Amino acid sequence: MTAPLVRVDDLRVSFGGHGADVVDGVSFTIAPGECLALVGESGSGKSVTARTLVGLTGHGARVRAAALQFDGRDVSRHTERHWRGIRGAQVGFVLQDALSSLDALRPVGREIAEPLALHTTLTKAARREKVLELLRAVGVPEPELRAQQYPHQLSGGLRQRALIASAIACGPRLLIADEPTTALDATVQAQILELLGGLKRGDAGMLVVSHDLSVVARLADRVAVLRDGRIVEHGPTRQVLQDPQHEYTKALLAAVPATHAKGTRLSSAPAAVIRATPREFDRSTPIVAAEGLVKTYAGPDRTHRTVVREVSFAVHPGETLGIVGESGSGKTTTARLILGLERADGGHVSVRGRRWDSLSPADKRAERRRLQIVYQDPLSSFDPRYTVGRVLGEAVAVTGLRAAQRRDRAVELLEQVSLGAEHLKRRPLELSGGQRQRVAIARALAPEPELIVCDEPVSALDVSVQAQILDLLADLQERLGVAYLFISHDLGVIHHVSDRVLVMKDGEVVESGDVRQIFTAPAHPYTRTLLSAVLTPAPLPAG
Amino acid sequence: MRQLKRIATRFAAGVGVLWGAATLSFAALHVTAGDAALATVAGDGANPTQAVLDRVRADYGLDQPLWQQYLGYLGRLLQGDLGESYQQRVPVATAIGEQLGETVQLALSAALVAVVLAVGTAVLTARRRPWIRSAASGTELVLTSFPTFVLGLVLLIVFSFQAGWFPVSGNDGPAALVLPTFTLALPIAATLSQVLRTELEEVLEQPFILTARSRGMRDAGVRLRHALRHALIQIVTMSGFVIGGLLGGAVITETLFVRRGVGQLMLTATTSKDIPLVLGVVLFAAAVYVVVNLVVDIVYGLIDPRVVTA
Repeated sequence: MTAPLVRVDDLRVSFGGHGADVVDGVSFTIAPGECLALVGESGSGKSVTARTLVGLTGHGARVRAAALQFDGRDVSRHTERHWRGIRGAQVGFVLQDALSSLDALRPVGREIAEPLALHTTLTKAARREKVLELLRAVGVPEPELRAQQYPHQLSGGLRQRALIASAIACGPRLLIADEPTTALDATVQAQILELLGGLKRGDAGMLVVSHDLSVVARLADRVAVLRDGRIVEHGPTRQVLQDPQHEYTKALLAAVPATHAKGTRLSSAPAAVIRATPREFDRSTPIVAAEGLVKTYAGPDRTHRTVVREVSFAVHPGETLGIVGESGSGKTTTARLILGLERADGGHVSVRGRRWDSLSPADKRAERRRLQIVYQDPLSSFDPRYTVGRVLGEAVAVTGLRAAQRRDRAVELLEQVSLGAEHLKRRPLELSGGQRQRVAIARALAPEPELIVCDEPVSALDVSVQAQILDLLADLQERLGVAYLFISHDLGVIHHVSDRVLVMKDGEVVESGDVRQIFTAPAHPYTRTLLSAVLTPAPLPAG
Repeated sequence: MRQLKRIATRFAAGVGVLWGAATLSFAALHVTAGDAALATVAGDGANPTQAVLDRVRADYGLDQPLWQQYLGYLGRLLQGDLGESYQQRVPVATAIGEQLGETVQLALSAALVAVVLAVGTAVLTARRRPWIRSAASGTELVLTSFPTFVLGLVLLIVFSFQAGWFPVSGNDGPAALVLPTFTLALPIAATLSQVLRTELEEVLEQPFILTARSRGMRDAGVRLRHALRHALIQIVTMSGFVIGGLLGGAVITETLFVRRGVGQLMLTATTSKDIPLVLGVVLFAAAVYVVVNLVVDIVYGLIDPRVVTA
C-alpha cells in the first residue's frame, strides 16, 4: 500500500482559552487519488478540520494532534512561512458561494492568476495564457471574455468554476472543497459535481466537506460522518449510505425529504407514514386564484425584463401547492403578486373570489391578514432588538386582541410550534436557526390565516432541522387546515410537502399537476432535466 | 447613459446646496448683532457721525429692506459677481484668490498626511492582538477629542519652543508648513483610521480573504492587495467629512500659526462684519464641498465596478 497523502490522528481543536474541543479526536487518512468526504451538520467541526489541513484553523485556535502529516511530512509544527509554501501550491482550497469567496473588486482572471504569481516564476504573459487554459479546463466558455469580468457579472455556476480554476492553478496534490455546491441550483450543482469528479482522476487526493449526503454520494470513495467534533461512522461511501450502522447516520439519511412523499414523517427514523391516501379538497372557492399574471421590470437602457408571464393557478383550502424552479424563475415574484405586495402588469389575483384591485384599502388589509408569509431567513425579518414576546405581541395586537390576553395568545402560538413560554424573553440572535423559523411560523399563525406563503422556508437549515420544520408544517396543516403556497428550489422538499406542483422556468409555468404525476411521469423536458439533476443518497423507492 | 444621468442629478443637487449655503449664511449674518456700516467705516472704537453712516448704508444698499438685499445679492451672484469687500475695498474674488494658494498648500499636505497616517495605522493594527488595537484606538480617541488649537499649542511648545526644529509662525518655506500640517491632519487621520480599521476588520472576515490566504499569500499581501481596496471605499465616502475638517481646521490653524490664508481671511471678515467677504468664503467652501463630492461619485465607479453595472 502506498503512503497516505494526508494522515490525521487524534486531531483536537479548541477556540479561546478554555473553550471546549470543537474537533474532538478526529482521525483519518487520504490516499493519493482518493476522495474522502466529511459529512455533518453545522457545528459538527467539519470545516474547522478541513481548514486545519492548510493551517488556517482561525483566530485563537488551539490545535493538537498525535499526527498531522501531509505527503509524509509532519506539518503540526509548521510556521506560517512553511504553510505559505503548501497553500495554493500543494493544497488547493475551494470554498462555498463563489460570490463571496472571490474578490468582488478584481476581475476573475487576476484571481485565478494569483496562486501562479505567488508560487511560480511564470511571466505575466505566460500566466495569462495559463489562466485561459485553466478556464477552458473547468468548462468556462469564452475564457478571454470571462477572465476580464468581475464575479458579479458571472452566473453562480461560472463563478464556482472560476474558483475551482484558481484552486487547481498550481496543480495541487490535494484539493479541499468546503461545501462546493451548496449555494447552487440543482442543475448547476450537478455540473459542478461532474467537474469535481473529473478532477479526481490522477493521483491527487480530494477532501469534500458537505452537509449534503447526495453530494457526497456522487464524489466520495469514503465517508466520515461527523457529529459534535467526533467521527461517528467511517467507511466506504456505498456501505455508509446503504447500510448505515450508527443511529445518527440513519437519522441523517431518513431526514432527506427527496425519498419520502407527503404523509410521512422525516424527523423520526425510520420515516413513519402518517397518512397513506392522497387527500381530497373542497375545490369550490379557492383562497387565492391567479389569472394570467404578468410582471415586468425595467432593466438598464430601457429594456424590459419579463419575470412572470401568463401564470395562472389556484390554491384551495387546506392544500399545499408547491412552486419549484431555479433561481430567477419568477417564484418569489409570483408570491409577492399573490400577497398584493406588487402590482401585476397583466392578469389579476382574486382572494376568495374577489379581485385584489377591486378591494378598498380597508378590505385589502383585512384580506391580507388571512394570507401570511414565512421567509427563508427569519433573522432578517425580525427586528434584532425585539424579544420573541414582542414580535408575537405585535402580530397578535393586529388581530384586535385586548392587551391583557395578548401574552396568553403568544404562549399558545409558541406551543403550537413546540416552543415554550421561556422563549418569550429571547431575542432572535439567541435562538437557533430552527427555533427562529418556528417563531416565524408562530407569527404567521397569529391572525389565524387561511394561507401561508412559505418562501424557501427550510433552505437555510440543516437537514435534520429541516425535517423537523417540514414535519411541523405538516402537523399544523392537519390540525388547523391551513393551506400552503410552498416555494422551493429543492425538488426533494417540494415532493415531500406538495399536493400539487407548478414547475417554473424563466417566468413561465412549464408544467403543473398532481405531485405523483409530476414526479413519476414528467411531461415537459425541463422537468425531466430537473429531476435527473436531483441527487439522491439512496435509490428512490419504486412507485 | 445611466452614469451621465446620475452625475447630472448630483450636479443639480450641488447647485441646490450652493443656493442653500448662500441663503443660510446671508440670513445668519443679518440676524446676528452688530452694525455692518459702523464696522465698515472704522471698527468698534470709532465714533462716526450719523451722516457718514447713512452714506455708507446707501452706498452698500444696507438701507434697503432685507428681501431686496437678498434678491439683489442672488442676482449678482448668478452673474458671477461676489461683490466687493467692505474692508479691503477689492472684489471678493480677488481677496480670496490672493490667499488661496497658501491654504490649498496647507490643506493638500494635511490631507496627504492624514490619509497616509490613517491607512498605515489601520492596516498595521486591524485584527492584531488586543493591546495593539486598544493602544491605537486610545490614541485616536484622544486625538479626535482634542480641540485643534490645544493640539496646535502642544505641538508648538514641544517642537518649536523646546526643540526649536520648526518656526513658530509664518508662511516661509516648507519648514513653516510642518506643524500646521500636522495640527490639521492628526484629528482627521484619527477619525479616518478608526473607520478604516473597523471596515478592514469586517473585510478580513470575508470568505474571499480566506481564499486569498489559502492560495499561500502572505498576510501583508492579503491586507494590501485585497482588503485595503474594499476598505478604501469607506474612506472615499468620508471625503466630505475630510473637506469639512480641513476647511474648519484651516481657520483655527492659520490663526494659531499666524499664517496667511483663506481661514485667516474668513476670521477677520467675520469679526469685522465684512458681509460680502464672509459670504464669498462660505460659498467658496460650499463649492469645494460640492465639487469634491461630485468627483467622489465618479471615482466610486472606478474603485468598485459593481456601482456602474449594478
